[in-house]
Amino acid sequence: MQPTGFLAAAVLAAALLPAPAVAAGPAPLAAQGCVGCHGPNGGGIAAGARLSGRDAGELEAILRAYRANERPGTIMPRIARGYTDAEITAVAAYFAAIR
Amino acid sequence: MLRTLTRRASLGAALGLLAAPQALRAQTAARLVVVGGGFGGASAARFARATYPDIQVTLVEPLTRFVTCPYGNLLLGGYRQIGDITHSYDGLRAQGVRILHDWAAAIDPAAKTVRLRGGETLAYDKLILSPGIALRYGALPGYDEAAAEVFPHAWVPGDGSQTRLLRRQLEAMPDGGVVGIAIPANPFRCPPGPYERISMIAAYLKRHKPRSKVLALDAKEAFSKQGLFQDGWKALYGPMVEWVPASSDGKVIRVDPAEKTFESEFGVRHKLAVGNVIPPQSAARIVIDSGLADQTGWAQVDPTTLASRVAPDIHIIGDANNAAPMPKSGFIANNTAKQAVASAVAALRGAAPPEAVYFNTCYSHVGEEYGISVVNIFRAGPNGFVEVPNSGGVSPRGDLPEQRRLEALYADAWYASITRDMFG
Repeated sequence: MQPTGFLAAAVLAAALLPAPAVAAGPAPLAAQGCVGCHGPNGGGIAAGARLSGRDAGELEAILRAYRANERPGTIMPRIARGYTDAEITAVAAYFAAIR
Repeated sequence: MLRTLTRRASLGAALGLLAAPQALRAQTAARLVVVGGGFGGASAARFARATYPDIQVTLVEPLTRFVTCPYGNLLLGGYRQIGDITHSYDGLRAQGVRILHDWAAAIDPAAKTVRLRGGETLAYDKLILSPGIALRYGALPGYDEAAAEVFPHAWVPGDGSQTRLLRRQLEAMPDGGVVGIAIPANPFRCPPGPYERISMIAAYLKRHKPRSKVLALDAKEAFSKQGLFQDGWKALYGPMVEWVPASSDGKVIRVDPAEKTFESEFGVRHKLAVGNVIPPQSAARIVIDSGLADQTGWAQVDPTTLASRVAPDIHIIGDANNAAPMPKSGFIANNTAKQAVASAVAALRGAAPPEAVYFNTCYSHVGEEYGISVVNIFRAGPNGFVEVPNSGGVSPRGDLPEQRRLEALYADAWYASITRDMFG
């Protein structure tokens, strides 16, 4: 337990800091599906892996490999097969640009 | 800082300079009204404020706290408490959504207004209508609102009292009793939900009342993720779970709360310790009363914009619409909310709607650490919603304990993520 004063100061400091995740622009609608499991801004949550700030080429290669059944996965291969090349590129670029 | 603002405000007011542009802005900011604060409505309100800060967003929702349908079955299993699935609207309020805890009493699509029970009338430029379902009391003989206090539906959570009632009944029943579940014909909210409920009730009984059983009486022949559910029941619960399809006399045609029986089509009366009735459903009353539903009781919508086929400035999302083959799921409500808002704003700006892609993953718990899923991706076709060929599908069958364990964990990540996406 922290003293209340410290907590209040921490909350105030957090409020004054810039938001931790900042996207370059609005998410492409294809990326809106991702945040349903990978946390706000794709920042990762519980067992949902972090997507934000990762290399765009890496994310794109992983998604393409899932789609081609060249990378094993619990659920992602089934998902990746629903998306086009352009959507995969846009989604990868969007999450890579979040800092 | 405060003094400076006050001085500027006084000066501006005195000169009549500051007030005028503000009033002008207030008049010209587009007004988005959202009716319903669940998976569709809360997602729409939050997405609208986050993406289009210049739009005024008003959310009409009678309840001050939201209890989710998803994970309600885990409460029945004893793996969650009501507080774990209850959410506040404070995050949406902090984001600038005006929240009115009131009922939408009537919609006038021609005048573009929503009248509230409390007396206020809201004018909108675009309306996002996400009121969910109505239970069709009376459609199943013997099942009305009074009967729901004996045989809970626990299908519209409201303040959570129905789900808690069913849980208390399970806790109070003696070992060796039969828990009956009456399952309706399609369409209904959450296609895998009844089968997850069978699983979670069986999980509770196995731990606490092992001589009891679940008797699931179904008006259908087949159901979502059927093979996976049945594999899981066999592996985890054995003969404790009995699922009866319509062709084997599974269709419940009458319930009797006084005798605590479900009567099936061929005249068998099943005596129950606890009965859960998932009744036939339609779109919520406001949709039907406003002339926005068709003869089936659901709203027809455009597959790209989710706009009503009969009222183009009203986008109807969530379980109230007929978006078949898309399921009535929380994830689809969340996805379509964003497409509806983006389409509504595009129309206000004279632009074309964005290309639609809808994503669904429904996880179900067969056991606490045994998850299964179905994935779907849909797009807008010329005549309706179309599933992308060769995409999605259900979890693989077979003895795959690691797959099941991971999917239960991923379900938790989904719940945490989607509720943050809705409520902040």
